Amino acid sequence: MTTLIAPVIPRSRLQRLRWTFADGGVIARGNLIHLVRNPSAILNLLLYPAVMVLLFGYVFGSAMNVAGGGDYREFLMPGMFAQTMTLGVMTTMIIVTNDAARGVTDRFRSMPISRSGVVLGRACADMVNSVLELAVLLGCGLAVGWSWHRGAGNALTALGLLLLLRFALIWVGIYLGLMLTPESASAAWMPLMPLTMLANTFVSPELMPGWMGAISEWNPLSATVAACRELFGNPGWGGDSWAAAHALPLAVAWPVALTLVFLPLSARRYRRLDR
Amino acid sequence: MERMNSLAVVAEGVRKHYGGAPALDGFDLAVPEGTVCGLLGPNGAGKTTAVRVLTTLLRADAGRAVVAGFDVAARPAEVRYRIGLAGQNAAVDEILTGRENLEMWGRLYHLDAATARRRAGELLDRFGLAADAEKRVKHYSGGMRRRLDLAAAFVLAPSVLFLDEPTTGLDPRNRDEVWQAVRELAASGSTVLMTTQYLFEADQLAHQIAVIDAGRVIADGSPDELKSMVGGDQIDLVVRDAAGLAEAARVLAAAAGRDPVADPGARRLTAPVHDRIGALTEVVRELGERGIAVEDVALRRPTLDEVFLSLTGERTARAEEGGHGEEDRAA
Repeated sequence: MTTLIAPVIPRSRLQRLRWTFADGGVIARGNLIHLVRNPSAILNLLLYPAVMVLLFGYVFGSAMNVAGGGDYREFLMPGMFAQTMTLGVMTTMIIVTNDAARGVTDRFRSMPISRSGVVLGRACADMVNSVLELAVLLGCGLAVGWSWHRGAGNALTALGLLLLLRFALIWVGIYLGLMLTPESASAAWMPLMPLTMLANTFVSPELMPGWMGAISEWNPLSATVAACRELFGNPGWGGDSWAAAHALPLAVAWPVALTLVFLPLSARRYRRLDR
Repeated sequence: MERMNSLAVVAEGVRKHYGGAPALDGFDLAVPEGTVCGLLGPNGAGKTTAVRVLTTLLRADAGRAVVAGFDVAARPAEVRYRIGLAGQNAAVDEILTGRENLEMWGRLYHLDAATARRRAGELLDRFGLAADAEKRVKHYSGGMRRRLDLAAAFVLAPSVLFLDEPTTGLDPRNRDEVWQAVRELAASGSTVLMTTQYLFEADQLAHQIAVIDAGRVIADGSPDELKSMVGGDQIDLVVRDAAGLAEAARVLAAAAGRDPVADPGARRLTAPVHDRIGALTEVVRELGERGIAVEDVALRRPTLDEVFLSLTGERTARAEEGGHGEEDRAA
């Protein structure tokens, strides 16, 4: 009754490449089915941003001043976008640690499957997830009076910068995920949350104590936020510092640098799981 | 090339250190094709490390391992086409259905969509999961998950299957289902190497048992050979009244041909016997005739503790859990 199934071995580089994408597709598809079938994940995806926008926009927002003037909620939204992209690193980390703990990583590694396909699938699924999150947040922003003012082209560039940051953080997430347990990955929330606030996300660094303001200005997140405010035409004068004056190139340079460091590191870490 | 005649798994002097203590310290093993080998040992003996080296997940520091005819260090890709692995945790996706899980693994083994679907159907039938194929795995019992995991490891009908503690944490019914699945795999011609902490499990399934301790195999043979090495089955006797202990010990000594080990606090006597049923019948009859009230009489296989005691000459630090392994209690 059993059909004997002969192992298929890739013959050419092209075939190997095609398989990498096929493997990536299968893994990404599995991950996306999770999102669709998991009601609490969907609720999180929809509700969390809405709650955060209301909380920061109206509860704290009533006490906030925007350096250089302007509406706080207009100032806030680019910060929320970038913070959400940054916290996406948690998603990557938790899935990577869970896969390792459940033995999924071991099975992948014991299979004749391309290593890069596994990672590619992870990256695709995370990016689709982030696009959805961003779409929900855009909707929330529009609902509280935020908008873009400098045309669709600039707005799309800003969204591209946000996704570029998320893309860079996939590699940080995979690298850390391969070193941590699921428990410690969940605890990464603790240091990560303040780091997303020690930036120009919610408050201008100008209004912080000197040393804190300096850290905040150089936070990679600040570059993306400032560049987005500029591209969307949202208020938020960044200050006189070099970092603030060069937000746009920095919003490209930081993610590229993160990718250049953490992509090889996570590939190396994955290869060295056999030590 | 490297093909070793009719041996599915060969390990020679494999060593692996994590930091200070060696996990494998000169591990040797030879498993003939088409047989089931039980790798038996307590936690921390090196069972999982051995499986990880043999399945290309871990690189050994020294020694040589050949699986399905290929050296695991030199030709890992060739080995991976010929093995299946079911680790200690069922690597199944809870959100997907049983069928979707198997189709996904089939696609990752690069079967085309139609073949993956057909193969998933065959495996669901074979592992008794057809009726629950469209249910999400989160609604599966522990035994069903393990069987699904075995099915996933079996997508390519690999020539060597590695099962790391396939029944740990399962209740007896689920465990029996998994045992049945393992027998199916073995019957289909695959070589199976499974780790276990339980002698009775290895006894049920394996043609060959290798006892591992401190990273090396300290005994290797058929279940019968191993058991006779340890002294065969045991009679466990608990008397109701401590006053009857001395006389019961004499009865048991007569049946066993040697003095039993006594645990006066628990009013328990234990002695190895060779003629299992004959000795048990004699003991029960004698005790009845002498009017010694008995709380419990059991015939059981040696526990892993006793195997270790006998093989290493010293009691391992293992707790008593897992000590009451044997089923066929007669009371």
